[in-house]
Amino acid sequence: MARMMYREAVLSTIAEEMERDPNVVVLGEDVVGGNGTAGGPEAIGGIWSTSAGLWGKFGGDRVIDTPISESAIVGAAAGLALSGKRPVAELMFADFIGVSLDQIWNQIAKFRYMFGGKTKCPAVIRMAWGAGYNAAAQHSQAAHQILTGMPGLKVVMPSTPADVKGLLRTAIRDDDPVIFLEHKALYGVKGEVPDDKDFMIPFGHARLSRAGNDVTIVSTGLLLGFCEAVADKLAAEGIGCDVIDLRTTSPIDEEAILDSVEVTGRLVVVDEAPPRCSLSSDICSMVAEKAFASLKAPPLGVNPPHTPVPFARELETAYLPSIPKIEAAVRKVLSYR
Amino acid sequence: MQLSRDQLLRAYRQMKVIREFEERLHIDIQTGEIAGFTHLYCGQEAVAVGVCEHLSTDDKIVSTHRGHGHCLAKGCDVDGMMAEIWGSRDGLCKGKGGSMHIADVDKGMLGANGIVGAGAPIAVGAGIACKIDGKGHVAITFSGDGACNQGTTFEAMNMAVVTKAACIFVFENNHYSEHTGFEYAVGTNKDIASRAEAFGMKVWRGDGTDFFSVYETMREVLDYVRVPGNGPAAVEFDTERFFGHFEGDPQRYRGPGELDRIRETRDCIKKFRASVTGAGLLTDADIDAVDADVMDAIENAVTKAKAAPRPTPEDVLEDVYISY
Repeated sequence: MARMMYREAVLSTIAEEMERDPNVVVLGEDVVGGNGTAGGPEAIGGIWSTSAGLWGKFGGDRVIDTPISESAIVGAAAGLALSGKRPVAELMFADFIGVSLDQIWNQIAKFRYMFGGKTKCPAVIRMAWGAGYNAAAQHSQAAHQILTGMPGLKVVMPSTPADVKGLLRTAIRDDDPVIFLEHKALYGVKGEVPDDKDFMIPFGHARLSRAGNDVTIVSTGLLLGFCEAVADKLAAEGIGCDVIDLRTTSPIDEEAILDSVEVTGRLVVVDEAPPRCSLSSDICSMVAEKAFASLKAPPLGVNPPHTPVPFARELETAYLPSIPKIEAAVRKVLSYR
Repeated sequence: MQLSRDQLLRAYRQMKVIREFEERLHIDIQTGEIAGFTHLYCGQEAVAVGVCEHLSTDDKIVSTHRGHGHCLAKGCDVDGMMAEIWGSRDGLCKGKGGSMHIADVDKGMLGANGIVGAGAPIAVGAGIACKIDGKGHVAITFSGDGACNQGTTFEAMNMAVVTKAACIFVFENNHYSEHTGFEYAVGTNKDIASRAEAFGMKVWRGDGTDFFSVYETMREVLDYVRVPGNGPAAVEFDTERFFGHFEGDPQRYRGPGELDRIRETRDCIKKFRASVTGAGLLTDADIDAVDADVMDAIENAVTKAKAAPRPTPEDVLEDVYISY
């Protein structure tokens, strides 16, 4: 095991996979950085430092700085993938899917289906998502609620450095297109990461990060840690929480959620997207349809409000689900009779 | 460079297959037997064939909503395509794609595309792959005068230049983006190639109603782009669309007698025949024999498509993912 930051897990996994497979190529804005400047290449290595050093090691053919052209970045990834390469494309912010949505939604997600199952598109589109940096409405959003509903895509949302390692490796080796959502507020978080260069975590397998029999809390990303804090606090009171880290929202591990709810009868889903057509509404409805008889209380979602992400510190704090808000929701579900 | 008799016969046959494939679709669509939206390529055959006759299966193309011609010219199976458009389970895409989504990646045909302008970025990626592999293969995107106005096309042209992708932008100017005239919609002085030039590419222009003009122009373009390090290029072919934007389009935007005139004076197949028989390269009998053979092949394809098994409700769920 090695101790490393979430962002270091991203970088080292890409580097290991590039080392292993010459077809893996990286492209995106400033993934090298400094091209065409007095400072020269490698001035940046990605604004999140998730590609630092790759250009020096693997060269410009495989580590490709692109203009600010998100449609062309995802489109180029599509063309590379159809041509036998394994592109790992970076959109600097998940908010920028708006610019490139056609290539994500109408192209890479649908090639295999439209073409009758006769092709594959092994593209990984990485992007930094989430609030917490006072980056306002166009640099703080969640994107999973949009992307999870698109058939043909797999959507991955790691919460820990170890999960980055295992899930990103799976993503790069997967033959289907994968959206890899990296929470920007987690980049600096450290954790133990397996050294095994074949360490992989299969998609669609949730992780039980806390175990208890009284309530089920489902989340992923930054808010997973908030849920764990609430579970630890309630444990001291003798209240047991199952905290389920989804890891992937498409495919989704319905079985893990249903098995837990069958025991607890109470469900809280904590989601960083606004409530309408969200991960929380999706899971609550799934549980209502499939485990109604097990429920002892109405399932409850904890989401930001139906607003854009605001800028000012006070406003962003008010916007985001917090530990107190999650605790209040859990207590509400527990107290339902 | 003079084409051999076999090359001439093959080029003519390819153009004729596209023409008769679509003339037959035009009839069968009117009877209501074929579902969905269909956009016919008739009139532009010299471009698809004049380009693709230079290509191997290792060269890639990305096509458009008006893609039948590009698909056939790149070697997609006639029977498989007809079956696909009829929505049969034997279709090239098992009835999942239809007219606008025909693809055969093994043949280097990376897909027709229902989104105008979406193909250019994909071709840039394929062109970067060609550059990385360094074997002199190229990726070609076909775009109309409609797609030349999409931001994706602009992004793709710049990205191709910046990355030195082995990529060729083939612009087919058929003078209509859907139902709007080229002179209205394309702001750059009635010209597309100059846009590509402004992005830093070497450009060519040719007569898209003349197979020999397309073929010889493309020889020069390909000689240039196949050289490692040269990067992308663009070419504009002036051509004609014999049918509407989609099947069922009343074409009220056409001038009086326009369709008769372009069919009479701008038909690439008539021009080819006149050129090769006039020069004594092929005889009318040679060409009549190809015509008869093609008509049989199309009739046969329709018969097979009609008789082919229909997809089942279970098929809806197949082919979304490789594993899930």
